[in-house]
Amino acid sequence: MKLAEIAGILEAKIVCGEQFANDEIRYGFSSDLMSDVLTLDAENMLLITGLSNVQAVRTAEMSDIKYIAFVRNKKASDEILELAIENGMVILESPFSLFKASGLLYHAGLKPIY
Amino acid sequence: MRLSFKIEGGDFTQAGQASSEVKKVLKQLGIDAKTIKNIVIALYEAEVNIVAHAYRGTIDVEIDDKKITIRLTDEGPGIPDIEMAMKEGFSTASKKVREMGFGAGMGLPNIKKNTDLMDIKSTVGVGTELIMVNYF
Ligand SMILES: Nc1ncnc2c1ncn2[C@@H]1O[C@H](COP(=O)(O)OP(=O)(O)O)[C@@H](O)[C@H]1O
Ligand SMILES: [Mg+2]
Repeated sequence: MKLAEIAGILEAKIVCGEQFANDEIRYGFSSDLMSDVLTLDAENMLLITGLSNVQAVRTAEMSDIKYIAFVRNKKASDEILELAIENGMVILESPFSLFKASGLLYHAGLKPIY
Repeated sequence: MRLSFKIEGGDFTQAGQASSEVKKVLKQLGIDAKTIKNIVIALYEAEVNIVAHAYRGTIDVEIDDKKITIRLTDEGPGIPDIEMAMKEGFSTASKKVREMGFGAGMGLPNIKKNTDLMDIKSTVGVGTELIMVNYF
């Protein structure tokens, strides 16, 4: 799925990394637990999370995850954006709950990791 | 090559900076992406452990052409039962730590999984020393 399509489904704003709107994303993983994310072995994955703090971006950085969607209307702080830009990441902000966001993307064909 | 970092307990805004620096260096050295990921995931969980559980600590990194050796030492409460602490799901993390996305007792087991060698020593009331080695 194209990033732009994902943003559309989530009614999300791409708050950084707009230039990657045409990227193809294959997998999705939803969690607020960063230790959980750090156990994944996946490429080309969107992290869907309600944890909008610097540790979410750090976790993505260590895990080579390029795409993050913040749900539950969480906003990315300036610090988060700075770190995301430095790492060439994409950040989306969606008003939907973690469940709704995950459900919609699964239905639209984004694949689970397991 | 040697690198050294100081870590402050409780300071979640800084957590991950050392791991990020090490990642940049390993990339520059041309280490393969999978190996880098293993190393920095282990290091990041270990760095977060100092921030989450100790008062302050140091990370010393030594890189040669075959391996990376990382030694994390901290002043802190120490770990009374290391075997227990290594079990998945065991955690004494505070609410604050859980709000940061950690504290599920998955750090130490994941460090073990991502390293070739892991050695942990701890003295209650003094602190903890964690050594991890990854071969390139
Ligand atoms: N550096 C440390 N100093 C003191 N206790 C520690 C340290 N690292 C780990 N621990 C103890 O081991 C437990 C398990 O650690 P870990 O597997 O990383 O899970 P978590 O950090 O999520 O609790 C911690 O909850 C804590 O009790
Ligand atoms: Mg931990």
